[in-house]
Amino acid sequence: MTTVASFNIDYLQYLTPNGELVGDKKPRIATDFDQLKSIYELMVLTRTFDSKAVALQRTGKLGTYASCLGHEAVHIGIGSAMAEEDVFAPMYREYGAQFYRGVKMSEVLNYWGGDERGSHFSGPQHDFPWCVPIATQCTHAAGAALAMKLRGEKRAAVSVVGDGGSSKGDFLEAINAASAFTLPMVLMIVNNQWAISVPRKKQSSGRTLAQKGLAGGLPSIQVDGNDYIAVYTAVKDALKRAYEGKGATVIEAITYRLSDHTTADDASRYRPDDEVENARQFEPIKRMRKYLMNNRQWNEQLENQLLETCKKEVNEAVDEYLSTGNPGVASMFDYMFAEMPHTLAAQKQYALDLEEKSNG
Amino acid sequence: MAKVTLVEAVTMAMDYELGHDKDVVIMGEDVGINGGVFRATKGLAQKYGEDRVIDTPLAEAMIAGMAVGMATQGMKPIAEAQFMGFIYPMVEHIVCHAARMRNRTRGRLTCPLVIRAPYGGGIHAPEHHSESTEALFAHIPGLRVVIPSSPTRAYGLLLAAIRSPDPVIFLEPKRIYHWSKEEVENDGEEYPLDMCYVIREGEDVTLVTWGAMMKETLEAADKLAEQGVSAEVIDVATVSPLDMDTIAESVAKTGRCVIIQEAARHCSLSSEIAANLADQGLYDLNAPVKRVTGYDVIMPLFKMEKKYMPTTDRILKAVNQVLEVS
Repeated sequence: MTTVASFNIDYLQYLTPNGELVGDKKPRIATDFDQLKSIYELMVLTRTFDSKAVALQRTGKLGTYASCLGHEAVHIGIGSAMAEEDVFAPMYREYGAQFYRGVKMSEVLNYWGGDERGSHFSGPQHDFPWCVPIATQCTHAAGAALAMKLRGEKRAAVSVVGDGGSSKGDFLEAINAASAFTLPMVLMIVNNQWAISVPRKKQSSGRTLAQKGLAGGLPSIQVDGNDYIAVYTAVKDALKRAYEGKGATVIEAITYRLSDHTTADDASRYRPDDEVENARQFEPIKRMRKYLMNNRQWNEQLENQLLETCKKEVNEAVDEYLSTGNPGVASMFDYMFAEMPHTLAAQKQYALDLEEKSNG
Repeated sequence: MAKVTLVEAVTMAMDYELGHDKDVVIMGEDVGINGGVFRATKGLAQKYGEDRVIDTPLAEAMIAGMAVGMATQGMKPIAEAQFMGFIYPMVEHIVCHAARMRNRTRGRLTCPLVIRAPYGGGIHAPEHHSESTEALFAHIPGLRVVIPSSPTRAYGLLLAAIRSPDPVIFLEPKRIYHWSKEEVENDGEEYPLDMCYVIREGEDVTLVTWGAMMKETLEAADKLAEQGVSAEVIDVATVSPLDMDTIAESVAKTGRCVIIQEAARHCSLSSEIAANLADQGLYDLNAPVKRVTGYDVIMPLFKMEKKYMPTTDRILKAVNQVLEVS
């Protein structure tokens, strides 16, 4: 017997949980402290926002909300590595990436507050909205990437799934499409160890999830998803390959969902507390702060100022969200078609008449 | 002007639009050099290149998902489901994304795509190649569902479907792909996507149908004419949105209506038309509305498919029933 092909999965980490820089070849971003400080600020803002959003839900001021606690490095790593003209196809908790790309906090709140206007967001208008049907965004990103390729554009599409989503056909079909068409694309797996109550090991007995990309012949790596520098570097490199016409990359980022799945979930029913406690020591914000402090780029005073600023910004966003009115009955009908069929126009009139009567 | 069949008119429309709009691409299984299993894309890959007429991997969910992705980025994909029986992996993308993209993003992203699928029975095909499930799609808000029944309408309606800023499910009645030939001018003229067509005027009864059942319906109308009964025949053509005004107007004139469909009966398009007639046209009716439909059974394999399909005789029987009521 001879070997016709062999594969391996590399693991990339630059920043240890203690905030120490490791690895032989350090990327430039590792010492670009101005950039790292602004990233750290966004990470803290995202976490402040997240905790406020959960509080709003608990007090009946927001619908079900999917927290991003613990995902700040991987999300902002993706967002900050992308160019504005790239297309982002998120799942539904990548707020850090989207904030970097210009989506407003009030828009995220609008979405989870039951208002479609949240998805008419600021930020790149070509980005996909939040995608609840798991992994379907992956084939959308593949389609966007094919459009870029056919037009000869130097852009790429980036999709995100979780460890659960990596089990779905659309993820695997997107890998295959990316391979068959040599698409300018990056397929991220944000492996946070839990798909609601189902642990990573029940999704697949494969040693890694990244290796699913190998079946499509795509370069596939694992990164420490709590290490901003590693995520940023891996995504940046993958995008460079995509821009150069060399095709897609699969990146599995290892992180941990420190929160419940959503506010409608109670993870204590299925997840041991000590596992969560253990995961906290690896979380991304703490290690970035340590790294910055070790390099005398950060101190307690700056930290306190930052927390104040974040609190203020989040409160402003919440005020904006809470003062957003009802979108109105007509809005249910107005965005169904470019040109409204007359049958629908009749239903709209009926609904408006009902509204007028109930108000009058 | 050349006379063409329905499937040739489909090719003509795609050819025209590929030639006039660089954003239009065709994608699907075997649509490239092979020209599709029904030859609907014959010659197009050779003419426009494999970047415009794209053979995809064999993965229907991927085809639909990528079509959604491309459409949101300003392209106009025409995706082929090789047979309607293989459209179901596409349904998640059609229902959860294509139909809602405009609404859920408040118009920020739109989904101008066409999913074409040959559908219906009567061609001795294998399992899963003969069903008529247009009502599944007609039920989904945000979709337009179009079914041509003649070469002329296939050409005009497909052009409109490709140009539509919203998603269109375009179902092609494959049993009549080669039934009749018509002179179709390749002038790029599109047909409206929200109206029924009165294709034969009459006074005594309205026959409403769409797709391949047009063949039996017209045969029935001919036989009725021999008996001195004048039947008005309506091709619904755009099954969603449904142009009830044209149907109701005809029924107001004739006072009698028979709806003919190949699909199973329960919760079907004929149910919707009959319900609307009960609402809008009850006092115009001189007799109950009758439906001639497939049975609520799994479409049989081809040994028995003729027993499933509505026949001219079944249509005549229903018409005679409504004519007997005075």
